[in-house]
Amino acid sequence: MPTEFHSAGASRTSPSSSPLAGPFRTKADYHGADVFSLRTGALLLALGFVGAQPPSTPGPYTVLSAEGRRPLAVRVMGGQEMFSLDDLASLFQLTVREDALAGGLTVTVKTQTIVLTPGQNLASVGGRLIALPAAPVRDGRSWLVPVDFVPRALAPTLGSRLELRKPSRLMLVGDVRVPRISGTLEPQGSLVRITLDVAPATPHAITQEANRLSIKFDAEALDAALPASSTPDLVQNIRIGDGPATIAIDLGPRFGSYRASDLPGERGSIRVVVDVMAATTAAPPATPTAPAPPPSDVPPLLDITPGGGVRTIVIDAGHGGQEDGARGPDGTLEKNVTLGVARRLKAALEARLGVRAILTRESDTTVGLDERAALANNNKADVFVSLHANASVRPSASGAEVFYLSLEEYGDQALRVAKGETEALPVLGGGTRDIEVILWEMAQARYIEQSAALAQEVEAALRERVPMSPRAIQQAPFRVLVGANMPAVLVEMGFISNPDQEKQLASDTFQASIVQALVDSIVRYRSRATTARAAGGGVRP
Amino acid sequence: MSRRMVAVGAIAIVAIAAGWWLIARAVRSANRPAASAPAANAAPSSAARKITATLYFISEDGMSLVGVKREVPFGESVLEQAQQIVTAQMGAAPQPLASAIPPGATLRALYLTDRGDAFVDLSVEARTNHTGGALDELFTVYAIVNALTTNLPAVTRVQILVDGKEVDTLSGHVDLRHPLQRNLKWVRTEKS
Repeated sequence: MPTEFHSAGASRTSPSSSPLAGPFRTKADYHGADVFSLRTGALLLALGFVGAQPPSTPGPYTVLSAEGRRPLAVRVMGGQEMFSLDDLASLFQLTVREDALAGGLTVTVKTQTIVLTPGQNLASVGGRLIALPAAPVRDGRSWLVPVDFVPRALAPTLGSRLELRKPSRLMLVGDVRVPRISGTLEPQGSLVRITLDVAPATPHAITQEANRLSIKFDAEALDAALPASSTPDLVQNIRIGDGPATIAIDLGPRFGSYRASDLPGERGSIRVVVDVMAATTAAPPATPTAPAPPPSDVPPLLDITPGGGVRTIVIDAGHGGQEDGARGPDGTLEKNVTLGVARRLKAALEARLGVRAILTRESDTTVGLDERAALANNNKADVFVSLHANASVRPSASGAEVFYLSLEEYGDQALRVAKGETEALPVLGGGTRDIEVILWEMAQARYIEQSAALAQEVEAALRERVPMSPRAIQQAPFRVLVGANMPAVLVEMGFISNPDQEKQLASDTFQASIVQALVDSIVRYRSRATTARAAGGGVRP
Repeated sequence: MSRRMVAVGAIAIVAIAAGWWLIARAVRSANRPAASAPAANAAPSSAARKITATLYFISEDGMSLVGVKREVPFGESVLEQAQQIVTAQMGAAPQPLASAIPPGATLRALYLTDRGDAFVDLSVEARTNHTGGALDELFTVYAIVNALTTNLPAVTRVQILVDGKEVDTLSGHVDLRHPLQRNLKWVRTEKS
């Protein structure tokens, strides 16, 4: 049973007395000391990356395990970096025996043996010969082995995970999650775009505290290469934050707001894009007239040319019939609010943009979640917008939120679909043709990037007119989105459980603001999609 | 066809049928989920033993889950420990936090598979007493998913059932048709 519990009364085993003995300890075992050392380590680690190590005196490797971190000294002999066999022996509970007669070194790992011969850059690992970049070297009473001994000889015999990351000088032992993160920073007019490629894809959360954005990853540490900022008025610094797996973005005096989105990356990685935007000067919030256009590339608000890639829009009024959805303290029902806004939105889109708008329900009827996506698919809709009102056990919670689908919950298959892998099938007359084989319930996977772009436009347009929640854009495994075969977002217009927001949601003015924002966002998204198509690519935020 | 051939054929058919029955029986018993012993069955000697586990409750502003270290009764097996953790997760929240579990909802049963999937069967109040908010629904689901996957390395994924059956969603949003992995996206800094 790979689970170790400890009773409250029992004394804990000190990590130093049993090095790495428990790779499967419960996560609940992380108490103060471990966390502190891990945190300090991550900070030092990150500092190490900024200034390159001088080659003559190599810094130690850092061993990361479920027990925390520890340094592992490195010596240079004949241009090769070497570990002391004694250090490795105490780390991994190896037995080292020197055979005086044969002149060999026998390293016992559990039941397997590694045989080293002084003067030879070969090792016998469980009977198989492997090459090492250098021979073992005697150092007083101990022996030194090249660092490659770890991945080439030790890792295959250990039976559990052991990974040596030379560029970042890390040794990962057991079940520790240390995603690689490489960041870039790119000023774009009035915003700075920070792109973090995270491999493997790791769940994370972004929060804002005072003058700092924190990105907290679900990991034990980070293997991060972070860029320096050239725009200190917006982004002062990007660095490892207060937690062991947190990246902090220190904001400059011109900071106004930010938006963040996740895009699927290559080979199971994820790309986190954070746009740090400058404060727009003296923009009155929520004015019904057109707001001062922040960048010059925003198209005129009423672009009535038909087409442009968005011809049919399906508007999904959330819940309905037997499903009331959430209920406000004064009894306002979510299903009525969503239907009211959906009808207004349909009228506005048809009258002002000349597109076809279809509602998933025209009245107070019960409609299944699959039927809603199916209606959009059958009508070949170009955009799917699901309207909802939020609710919280906390009456104070307020603000609008925009969701698009997260793929993590749907496993590898969804990621393959997202990457556009096709299958070649034979066709009449010879040859093959690549066709896209997409499971119905994975349909949305192909559109995640476009959905992210759409969510960004919806969020930006809503922000100009209605109060937003602190979590304005989120990804979640929402049932109604997964089957939509087109860019799709779910809009939580506000918290119906908040007495003030309940009144707003039921009011004509608030509903009109939501409708105006959604029309604006469709116009901007359409123009973005057209530009991207003209440039020969998909929609990219 | 000779009589002898018919007899041999009949014997062969009977032998195949018997073999099939034995195999099917073995497969059935192997697939049967580990029966869920009620939590109260814990031996009196272990009644005082506790583990420290991270449980998840709704923050004061209602916008996130907060991980809190709590003492949970020790379970003799992973299954028992899982039951203790979910039971504690479904209990009252420490002030000033709020529970993410709809009032009145109880744990009907809990199953573990060898693949590390846990099936958590909740009573029908998990649906009927839910606020209906998408965010609250995420909190309900991920409080349970994270409580099991964070504290028990043997559990990698969790599927929530209601009243013994698979469900599409709790209140119309979060897809519950598959087991879900740990996700700390909605969790804010831990309190100790």
